[in-house]
Amino acid sequence: MNDSVSGIGARVLRREDFRFIKGRGKYVDDIVLTRQTYAAIVRSPHAHATINGIDTGEAAAMPGVIRVLTAKDFEAFGGLPCGWQVHSQNGDPMVEPKHPILADGKVRHVGDPVAVVIANSRAEARDAADAVLVDYSELPAVVRMPDAISNPAALVHDEAANNICFDWALGDKTAIDEAIASAAHVTTLEFTNNRLSPNAMEPRCAIGDFDTSNGDYTLYTTSQNPHVIRLLMGAFVLSIPEHKLRVYAPDVGGGFGSKIYHYAEEAIVTVASKLIGRPVKWTSDRTEAFISDAHGRDHVTKAQLALDADGKFLALKVETMANMGAYLSTFAPCVPTYLHATLLAGQYKTPLIYANVKAVFTNTVPVDAYRGAGRPEATYLLERIIDKAAREVGLDQAEIRRRNFIQPDEFPYQTPVALVYDTGNYEATLAAALKASSYDGIAQRKAEAKARGKLRGIGLSCYIEACGIAPSAVVGSLGARAGLYEAATIRVNPTGSISVLTGSHSHGQGHETTFAQVVAEQLGQPIDNIDIVHGDTARIPFGMGTYGSRSIAVGGAAIVKAVDKIIAKGKKIAAHLMEASADDVVFENGMFKVAGTDKEVDFGSVALTAYVPHNFPFEELEPGLEETAFYDPANFTYPAGSYVCEVEVDPETGVVEICSLHASDDFGNVINPMIVEGQVHGGLVQGIGQALLEQAVYDENGQLLTASYNDYAMPRADDVPNFTVDHQVTACTHNPLGVKGCGEAGAIGSPPAVINAIVDALSEYGVEHIEMPATPRKVWRAIQAAK
Amino acid sequence: MPKVSMTVNGQAVSVEVDGRTLLVDFLRDQLALTGTHVGCDTSQCGACVVHVNGEAAKSCTMLAAQADGCDVTTIEGLSDGDDLHPMQAAFRDNHGLQCGFCTPGMIMSAVDLLQRNPSPSEAEIRKGLEGNICRCTGYHNIVKAVAQAASAMRS
Amino acid sequence: MYAFNYVKPTSLAEAAAALSGADDGTVLAGGQTLLPTMKQRLASPSDLIDLGGIAELNGISVSSGIVTIGAMTRHADVAASAEVAAAIPALAALAGGIGDQAVRNRGTIGGSVANNDPAADYPAALLGLGATVKTSNREIAADDFFTGLFETALMPGEIVTSVAFPVPEQAAYVKFPNPASRYAMVGVFVAKTAGGVRVAVTGAGDGGVFRVPAYESALAANFSADAVADAAVAADGLVSDLHADAEYRAHLITVMTRRAVAAAS
Repeated sequence: MNDSVSGIGARVLRREDFRFIKGRGKYVDDIVLTRQTYAAIVRSPHAHATINGIDTGEAAAMPGVIRVLTAKDFEAFGGLPCGWQVHSQNGDPMVEPKHPILADGKVRHVGDPVAVVIANSRAEARDAADAVLVDYSELPAVVRMPDAISNPAALVHDEAANNICFDWALGDKTAIDEAIASAAHVTTLEFTNNRLSPNAMEPRCAIGDFDTSNGDYTLYTTSQNPHVIRLLMGAFVLSIPEHKLRVYAPDVGGGFGSKIYHYAEEAIVTVASKLIGRPVKWTSDRTEAFISDAHGRDHVTKAQLALDADGKFLALKVETMANMGAYLSTFAPCVPTYLHATLLAGQYKTPLIYANVKAVFTNTVPVDAYRGAGRPEATYLLERIIDKAAREVGLDQAEIRRRNFIQPDEFPYQTPVALVYDTGNYEATLAAALKASSYDGIAQRKAEAKARGKLRGIGLSCYIEACGIAPSAVVGSLGARAGLYEAATIRVNPTGSISVLTGSHSHGQGHETTFAQVVAEQLGQPIDNIDIVHGDTARIPFGMGTYGSRSIAVGGAAIVKAVDKIIAKGKKIAAHLMEASADDVVFENGMFKVAGTDKEVDFGSVALTAYVPHNFPFEELEPGLEETAFYDPANFTYPAGSYVCEVEVDPETGVVEICSLHASDDFGNVINPMIVEGQVHGGLVQGIGQALLEQAVYDENGQLLTASYNDYAMPRADDVPNFTVDHQVTACTHNPLGVKGCGEAGAIGSPPAVINAIVDALSEYGVEHIEMPATPRKVWRAIQAAK
Repeated sequence: MPKVSMTVNGQAVSVEVDGRTLLVDFLRDQLALTGTHVGCDTSQCGACVVHVNGEAAKSCTMLAAQADGCDVTTIEGLSDGDDLHPMQAAFRDNHGLQCGFCTPGMIMSAVDLLQRNPSPSEAEIRKGLEGNICRCTGYHNIVKAVAQAASAMRS
Repeated sequence: MYAFNYVKPTSLAEAAAALSGADDGTVLAGGQTLLPTMKQRLASPSDLIDLGGIAELNGISVSSGIVTIGAMTRHADVAASAEVAAAIPALAALAGGIGDQAVRNRGTIGGSVANNDPAADYPAALLGLGATVKTSNREIAADDFFTGLFETALMPGEIVTSVAFPVPEQAAYVKFPNPASRYAMVGVFVAKTAGGVRVAVTGAGDGGVFRVPAYESALAANFSADAVADAAVAADGLVSDLHADAEYRAHLITVMTRRAVAAAS
């Protein structure tokens, strides 16, 4: 780390902030194209029904209406593709039913799109959408996973027997069962991981714009990965080749996973624009978002942890049902499998691990990755069952974890669930978190709270995640249908200013600052001379986008590789200018120097020479100074940390107050600590939201009861405290920046810390577990039941 | 169609609107003031907060016609040119924003908050921002920013 | 939102005429509930009569032990009123806890009272203080005004003009908010008046705001939290929803009543 004002390690204020605080951001819905029209989508009010007919006549005749589209208009096109294929234990590929753009003959969840009205104004489109008459015959709905499998009222897809998409396993079940049978102690925990709605504050929006003069399509969309959308929609759905399709995701108001996927509305506006010869915009409202954005989590799990007499973990057995919803969203199958089961070793040396995952179709909105994606589920499982085990065998919560930690001298560490951790120091983050949270003083604080009629509790959570997704060869062998490298281009302009074209996408993460810091440091240039360009397939050669905390670890590494190429070429140009051998030229602080001499030439002169090559080594080099690099990581990165949460419960009402939450993280090297801390803060509150407030609830008929902020409890400013955050550093060993990624940690580590703290507070009543979200009613009920 | 006349960011505007036009749609669609956002449809999220006669209002829960004769300030009108209002500066200084979508409404609410209470405690800041939802920041740095702005605006 | 005819009268008489002349007219006060309802297309009035231009409906006055608040007076104004705070601090505090600041800057007492949302705060204050609702036609005691979920004694064409609150000896309102909407999941208004103790509960009843006679008589004898017995309100007749079942709401009524009494004394 250096202490420069704008390089790596500096708390540089964000360069993107100015436009946002002035109200000058450009989000998709802010874009108005000439002759733009508006789409309103008619959505299914039923969870499961056959469509007998659609009467669009009245709607088509209403003022301002241009066209009404139904499934018939999309017959020529493919369904929305799934990007990951998982195989069942018996070798069968997952059941992968078609996901039509508009429901074709049958609707499978409330919100399934059925028809589209295009009109001259938003209000006219909405008015006419109400006049589209759909004749449905309702079918029984499948909502709860256990019922869906064992006693299905209906099949969501005829081809999926018992509504099972796949039945997947990892590990040796026989060995596990033997280890559990002979263990000194076995702790069992059955629980659900609650279903969540991501709720990026910007609702999704898409504008299709077909250029009748040349046949080019432009899609403006709220996406975390425009190139991926171009590939998925262009190649698999609409058969538009890449050179005729531009996908542009300008400022995007948060994603948290929900804007990774290719959604029907993107294809709808693209097709509609060609049909009517005008741009077509669709903007989701919040209610529509609740019933059309992919949800997250939703597991029902039974876990068993076997321990020896010293509290050492012997074996972990996990059986999970994972809700896929009504259709397979883009990444859905990999979330409960390769992003969940492979993380079940956590920070511990558990020698035997077995996981069985049954993926289940239900008549609910598709479920896919949401901040953390699989890793919060794994962390919650592990840290809850360890907490319970410690109480059962009478060990301190920190001590039981310490006894099982992988030690610093044991890296690289091969877990029994496929991953190889490169580096870490789990004792260091635990020690820092315990110290910062005054763990040793809890007994006194509990007594003091009790005197006020409150119950105080403390909870620990030691998480690990696999980030920097991901080595293409690894994910390919696991069923990914794409590679997961990243691309970057460094364009040094003639006057020495620098455009960095990155395939990563910033929707709040601050890439325009962090990436510029990396380039500023490596090229020794003022940060103001560096521009980060992202989000536009027309300007950026290629990219895989931002998710899985991959931007700095993969996208940043690609930038470094491209910078290295710039420096290598620059050295040759400089050597020519200085009449030296390129091997003798070194690059330091923005100057090319001949080692051991006082000869030097600055970066700007080399750039100018590259574009005004009057004196240039043509025999060896082409003019220009622009380099592209693709970086495919050798391994995942493994951020890890320890969180300590302290709560106070009001036993009269069941209200839980978070008194403090300390996060001690190891993200490897940190480029901008201010931005990293901000990422942790945001993740912590999403985790607290999951633990205390948030749940997407369906009734037995498949109606979403929590389809607005009146019923879906979003964390507000007064629901949470200030946080303390610190960083311990073990640098990643296999990427050039030594970085690990920080985007998801807070949401992964915090839910079990909160719930463990509540269970601790309620332990005097004998409460062993409480389900998320731990609402006041649930906490009060747990106290009453225990009394 | 009612004719509405109001002052928006210091400029007089007078237009006929459909009666059902919301103030936020009027600002965004007719005046191209797209800094004011829509994040929900139940008056909860606060992304649409503007000032009407100097006080915070959710422009998604107000007809343009109701603002007839009013003085409306949006985020674009909070400071001139490339200047920053102390609240805007504080949000930048404290990393009080990430994706930026809730930010205009959050800033407008925070300015209203300090007008009512120039020296709020941390708890009062948190309570005062309950009508604005942010999904990115976890509020930690927003609370810091409002405290800094309060200090700056008092001095 | 469906289309409607927008009218902005400048006098109560004009407003009443516009309302009676409309096919299916609705008055618009602050709009903080009505407009979201219309946006969701759950209401489709033919005419919207905006009361925002009628000066006579706005204002607060205190005289002879009565606080009178004009129907179009905003929650923010009640919350900030030194006169209200001096006369009935519980009422000012209640107004200051409705929704959020931006909502309080638009929402009005008349709108809240006429809408009678079962989770709104003001109905508890009216019932708890034994207020009188004054309308374009008559005066209605709070005990007779709230008749059911979103139902009141208002006749078609009748417009709320003000609410008169007698000043109590002691009073407090304590709310347990719904964690999502922040509306009252249980809100209890307790008032000790010359005529006895009144306890009104909002947010919990499946017929809207209601009084708790058992607590009123117990508190009349002994105005202290200790007098509030456990579970005096049966779960029968209380709302069960995904946030709270009836039994939990019944329990919260006890706890909030105790806290309100403690706050009032």
